[in-house]
Amino acid sequence: MAIVETRKLTKVFKQGQPGAVNHVDLETREGEFLVFLGPSGSGKTTLLRMIAGLETPTSGEILIGGNVVNHLPPRERRIAMVFQSYALYPHLTVYQNIVFPLKAQKVKKELHKQKVEWASALLGIGRLLDRKPRELSGGERQRVALARAIVREPSVFLLDEPLSNLDAKLRASAREELEQFQKRVGTTTIYVTHDQVEAMAMGDRVVVLNQGTVRQIGTPQEVYDQPADTFVATFLGSPPMNLLETDDLIVGFRPERFLPSGLVAGSGSTDEIASRMKTEHLLLADVGKRVPLRFRVEYIEYLGAERILYGALEGGRFPGKAVASRIPSGVTERYEANSVHDFIVPESELKFFDRASEKRVAPKAIPWQ
Amino acid sequence: MVSGTGRRVFGGLVHALVLMAFSVLLAFPFYWMLITIFKRTNDLYNLQNNPFKFNEKPTLEHLQLLFHDTLYLRWVANTAFVGAIVVLITLVLAVPAAYALARLTGRWGERLGIAIFLTYLVPPTLLFIPLSRLVAILGLQDSLWSLIVVYPSFTVPFSIWLLMGFFKSIPRELEDAAMVDGLTRFGAFVKLVVPISVSGILTVVIFSFTLVTQEFVYALTFISSEAHQMVGVGVPIFLVRGDVYYWGSLMAACLITSLPIALLYNLFLDRFIAGFTVGAVK
Repeated sequence: MAIVETRKLTKVFKQGQPGAVNHVDLETREGEFLVFLGPSGSGKTTLLRMIAGLETPTSGEILIGGNVVNHLPPRERRIAMVFQSYALYPHLTVYQNIVFPLKAQKVKKELHKQKVEWASALLGIGRLLDRKPRELSGGERQRVALARAIVREPSVFLLDEPLSNLDAKLRASAREELEQFQKRVGTTTIYVTHDQVEAMAMGDRVVVLNQGTVRQIGTPQEVYDQPADTFVATFLGSPPMNLLETDDLIVGFRPERFLPSGLVAGSGSTDEIASRMKTEHLLLADVGKRVPLRFRVEYIEYLGAERILYGALEGGRFPGKAVASRIPSGVTERYEANSVHDFIVPESELKFFDRASEKRVAPKAIPWQ
Repeated sequence: MVSGTGRRVFGGLVHALVLMAFSVLLAFPFYWMLITIFKRTNDLYNLQNNPFKFNEKPTLEHLQLLFHDTLYLRWVANTAFVGAIVVLITLVLAVPAAYALARLTGRWGERLGIAIFLTYLVPPTLLFIPLSRLVAILGLQDSLWSLIVVYPSFTVPFSIWLLMGFFKSIPRELEDAAMVDGLTRFGAFVKLVVPISVSGILTVVIFSFTLVTQEFVYALTFISSEAHQMVGVGVPIFLVRGDVYYWGSLMAACLITSLPIALLYNLFLDRFIAGFTVGAVK
């Protein structure tokens, strides 16, 4: 096990063009599950490939276990990597695939069988050892790739979107399995994904990347609740945070905090509220000061567990601004296209960003009319 | 139900007929060669005879002529020798070159690959005059080594081009994985890329060998003595004397030479097709 650290790590593919990765400083913790999250082209895979030694950095340093490894080829970095396509060797059986790194690293022959059996038992693929990769399902391939990665007991795992080739249902179970597996072996893991749900669900900490720079590093809760800038605020969450621009500020609030005023404690008698909801808990407990907004609903997405209302603000300081609201299924209130409703946002839920730098700033009082 | 069965029977019939027609078409040259080998000369030249069957008793005289009065076996051995060495040279040059062009050099690699392929398109009939000069300078006149030196000039470019397509179809991630798993790039090439490309390499072997056996112009101009002939030149030179064609012996030479290659093609047909259609799917 080891700590991975990057110092001012930069990769420029074409001279004169903006770098794919720019001055990235980060440090994993021992045994941590660290997720690189970003849209495609954000440099997350390039960053991972530099740590693996598959790309040469333009400048900056990479440290694994406290040693600079810039000059080391991938095979000497004591890492294991799982690729998006799994990269199983098509001409070899599952057994031969798993034993491949042991042979390549010249591990003693007597140990091969025992180690392959250990790794395949850990992932429950003992009965597949004689098959060829093309005879396996997507989930089985992914496990073989993982078994091949752990068999030599690396000090760091690098995973490059390993779940993106699975169908939605399998992805959810594979996600849980992978997470538990990581906890069990306790190896420091770096996981690249563009899927915010994966990042939030699996990561001990999340590194949000955009255009080759780190926008924020923090626990899933920190990046969601205290986004460092408007990019992080809008990249996480679905639908993204509603943003309203003023002269020098951008004000943001999450769709799930933008709610019908009648359904929030303190806006009517408790009985009245309870009677309007099927589930008998309040959407928001008494939240203190709130900002009232008129909301014209334009269309509605019904998603089962919730409804998402898309529309625009009416009157006030931000007429016509597009916003969205997430209403949990407990709320039975009917909404129709082109109806106007009174909504509120608790003032404590407002996020403020500087308009020029787009960085988050301390809350301020702003006029709403 | 009835019409369904009817349609199936009809479909099967058409299928069988088409297959039969093609089998007859493709097998006919072999039948023609075989029957000609054993026909007496009078039988061959008598226009009244049915040409599709034996009208007189079969004979071995044509085979005797081929094996006793010409150096046919020597020519076959020469061809096999030149073919084997040319295939070897082709593999040694084309496999690494194709890999380098496919993987390591980016956009210029592709252009260079096309340029190399273009050299394959220059016909030997243009090149044999300057090349004969080169052969003379090297002191290789009337030696099989002249052909061994010259033949790679067309087998190598074609093979590079063919293998480039093959190597490009191998995902880069596989090599990345092998390098993370503990191999050098060269190790990944030897232990991963080469085994995966077996059908491409096999295609190169068969194709280069066939090109060598077929080649005529260089073999005719660079080799003069009977003992050094390649089979493709020796047979027409020594079995066509003036306007006398030794048909039986000619056919025997053709059949014996073409059978091994035909069998080889059949044996590896699936892989051979894979070699040529790589990149077509996926």
